[in-house]
Amino acid sequence: MRNKFLIMDQTDNCATCLVAISRGDKLDVNGKIIEIINIIPVGHKFALNNIKKGEIIRKYGKIIGIATKDIKTGEWIHIHNIKSHYLEVSKHG
Amino acid sequence: MVEEFMGFERPKGKVGIRNKIMILSSVVCVNHVAQEISKKVDNSIAITHPLGCGQFAVDFANIQRTLSGLGTNPNIYGVVIVGLGCENMKSDALAKIIKRSKKPVEFFDVQDIQGGTIAAIDKGIKIGKKMASDATELKREPFDFSNLILGLECGGSNSLSGITANPVVGLVSDKVVELGGTSILPEFTEWIGTEQILMKRAVNEKVAQKIGNLISKFLENTMKLGVDFRGIQPTPGNIKGGLSTIEEKSLGTISKAGKAPIQGIVDYSKSPKGKGLWLMIEPSLDVESMTGLAAAGAQAIIMTTGQGSPTGNPVCPVIKMCGDPKTCDWMKCNIDIDASRIITENIKIEDVGQVLWNRLKNTCNGELTAAEILGFEDIAIWRHMAFPFSLT
Repeated sequence: MRNKFLIMDQTDNCATCLVAISRGDKLDVNGKIIEIINIIPVGHKFALNNIKKGEIIRKYGKIIGIATKDIKTGEWIHIHNIKSHYLEVSKHG
Repeated sequence: MVEEFMGFERPKGKVGIRNKIMILSSVVCVNHVAQEISKKVDNSIAITHPLGCGQFAVDFANIQRTLSGLGTNPNIYGVVIVGLGCENMKSDALAKIIKRSKKPVEFFDVQDIQGGTIAAIDKGIKIGKKMASDATELKREPFDFSNLILGLECGGSNSLSGITANPVVGLVSDKVVELGGTSILPEFTEWIGTEQILMKRAVNEKVAQKIGNLISKFLENTMKLGVDFRGIQPTPGNIKGGLSTIEEKSLGTISKAGKAPIQGIVDYSKSPKGKGLWLMIEPSLDVESMTGLAAAGAQAIIMTTGQGSPTGNPVCPVIKMCGDPKTCDWMKCNIDIDASRIITENIKIEDVGQVLWNRLKNTCNGELTAAEILGFEDIAIWRHMAFPFSLT
């Protein structure tokens, strides 16, 4: 059976898709059923819980960005709703 | 159970996993001579390059350190250095440096031989054949993994590399470090965005500062050239593949280095001063990177790929692992380990880690990698100091 998504660390609030996932698909995430809101392409991420604007996005147990909008459970996470946290706090330039 | 591999004992406590003869060209003008000698000497490799004359100062020192480092690598039984005579990368100077390793080293210059390059090729073949014959007397013996230096490389990556193949390498790197060995992570331009994380993993404040300074200096200086590295990552291709931010991309890269503490940073092609995980200053071209790792003394390299890179190294076996199902199928002949089974067969990252660990042990014991079988043996030397000043 193909693995549809990966969660890199147990503290992550996003999962990465290993296959394209359709809108309305219901995924079993450690016993919790998550309904996917958008079409998610391979390599792209979806939210594992509701994330408020300004909150941190975690992958590998590390910060990969900040939400620029409210993000719902099962929603596609990408450059339209998160931005780099590093660039925000970077002391360079 | 003690984890061991069967390697070749070298002088001064070093251990090789290959037992090759190196025919080293000191200057581009005699590359052909080195290649012709190598064709006739069993188990030999020719190291050729477009350099060896006209380089100076720090650039020269960097090239000399890299060429002599390749010869010093414990995978090499002995070295035959071919010079021309009038170049500034002197064959005798290279020989003197490599001889510090106490391995067999011979050298000669073509201009010192009556009969030109034809006679020089004959002379080199005679010396090389004798060395190759001596090398066969050496047998493999068991050694523990504290003797291993592992290089961590990735190239032709895609958005699956950072979540499949790279974390698998991280597990194996941690295992080598746990067993008292060494691993080296090059490619600093792909650490940008994760320097705070790397600094926290440093064994002391001095090492942490070095990591921070390296990235700051690089960003400041490239900004003076009109390039903002933070602004060009992730690339449009990365974004299409699903990477949203520079730190997400870099986290995927550094996941090859597992979770071990960082002992220090070494310059390009310089050997780490101790065991454990080390970083190397090298900016991210796979072939330059692997040349630097081999010159630093790495006996084996694990390289992950997503889109499919066939590259290898003449001194180090390069184990190629791929996390992309299509690439694993289309480029099967170039891939040693199919990590895409994480996707297609729902296999755990830890289980592929075990497969990679077994493959690394087998490679150390002598099993050939795809890149070795197919003959990918290029080197390239990173020349960051070639002309460190303006001419206009």
